[in-house]
Amino acid sequence: MRDVAIISFAQTKHARAITDANEVEMLMPVVREALDGAGVGMDRVGFTCSGSTDYLSGQAFSFVMTLDAVGPWPPIAESHVEMDGAWALYEAWVKLQMGEVDVALVYAYGKSSPGDVTEVLTRQLDPYFLAPLWPDTISLAGLQTRALLETGRVREADLAEVAARSRRDALSNPYALLARDDSPDALLAEPFIAEPMHKWDCPPITDGAAAVVIAAGDVARELSSRPAWVRGIDHRIESQGLGLRDLTTSASTRLAGEKAGVASAPVDFAELHAPFTAQELILRESLGLGDDVAINPSGGALAANPVMAAGLIRLGEAAARITRGEGNRAVAHATSGPLLQQNLVCVLEGE
Amino acid sequence: MSDLLLPPSLEGVEMVRSVRTPAHLDYSYTPGRAMSRFLTGLAEKKIRGQRCPSCGKVYVPPRGACPTDGVPTEEEVELPHTGTITTFCIVNVSFYGQGMEIPYVSALVLLDDSDIPLMHLVQEVPYDQVRTGMRVEAVWVSDDELKPTLESIKWFRPNGEPDRDASTMRGNA
Repeated sequence: MRDVAIISFAQTKHARAITDANEVEMLMPVVREALDGAGVGMDRVGFTCSGSTDYLSGQAFSFVMTLDAVGPWPPIAESHVEMDGAWALYEAWVKLQMGEVDVALVYAYGKSSPGDVTEVLTRQLDPYFLAPLWPDTISLAGLQTRALLETGRVREADLAEVAARSRRDALSNPYALLARDDSPDALLAEPFIAEPMHKWDCPPITDGAAAVVIAAGDVARELSSRPAWVRGIDHRIESQGLGLRDLTTSASTRLAGEKAGVASAPVDFAELHAPFTAQELILRESLGLGDDVAINPSGGALAANPVMAAGLIRLGEAAARITRGEGNRAVAHATSGPLLQQNLVCVLEGE
Repeated sequence: MSDLLLPPSLEGVEMVRSVRTPAHLDYSYTPGRAMSRFLTGLAEKKIRGQRCPSCGKVYVPPRGACPTDGVPTEEEVELPHTGTITTFCIVNVSFYGQGMEIPYVSALVLLDDSDIPLMHLVQEVPYDQVRTGMRVEAVWVSDDELKPTLESIKWFRPNGEPDRDASTMRGNA
């Protein structure tokens, strides 16, 4: 295996709706900042991979248009995943493992504002039995939250703790959308939007983009004073049928965590892609992360959730924190599909 | 399918052979800064492109970025309403929402001073006389009908100038 590291990360200042810029205009400054952060131009990038979905913008092949943001001339080696950008990073990591290129650019973007994202995401459900019912994302998360509460392992107050901590931590993240100091008790006093869901159980609807540069071995050391090395990365998927799995745990996260080597040394902090409060608790349990591990110091997806980029942002945030010397071993996680269907786990370390 | 083993309760039940699950989603389109300037220009009878600061090419409609260099195209260029046909096709097939009597000509028009052709209709000339290199001009709707849409230009028509040598447009088709 080649040593591969995340050496640069950039993201937009996330917003409820970025209406003055189209996807290219939103993405281009972020791609530029990530390349500048690594000190490379496109001439040194051997592979480019992006993550996005046409369903958010309502335009077929919208990702082809956003390639304008990287200047694909002379022709570049390029790929796209109709998934969160974390999976684009995985593809780029595989490309670097093949040894043909040393530097890759990964980017992801999502504008949820053009449509109704809670309805748009129903289109990823099984097309025969679930999608025709149009169950919105909050209703589905309500089923998962209810199931978790009924196990007795988690109380409503634990969910409020997750929301309060995420919003408070986001106060020190200039890119976050929802950053405020609320006490868990004040949150619990708020009315349900659909029992057992409070508004604070849900992520803010967000427009945004992110870009990451990864590099192999000595090239990473040349370009970064402190690369964040990918020591393990793995992703696993479960059934699309929500009735066919236990929604109160995440078998795919547990397996991906084992394969990525989460437990082989202590973890300083974790960036978990949990758009709903209950999902953070499920992920912590599935990854075996104890109370001593700082969770989502960036505020996580509850503070900013640009769909298709929020997972890549977890990897980028974790890497940037390691590069800044604010930790040496981190777990970064990304999820895709309904109710934690597919999960990617990445272990990042400093030198 | 006929030898599928069914439980007794389902024996004799008619098989489902297909399901229809209609889906409809509404979106509001965000044209962005560059395209907004182009669209609002059309409502003022202006055609606005943008120039790449790196390679100097002028794009119309502008999308805010040079697809070759990957840099923002911020310099605005107001373009003449004349251009040259680089390629065209004669539409002989009718389709839903067409709104045109067939046959008609759909062409790529390279506006003067620009580097990428714009797709539009060519009218006021028999379709079998349209050719690559033909000089054309925009025909606008009446002033009170101008809107932020490419439909503010009804079509292009020959402007009577001599043809442009097609070889001078290589790379712009």
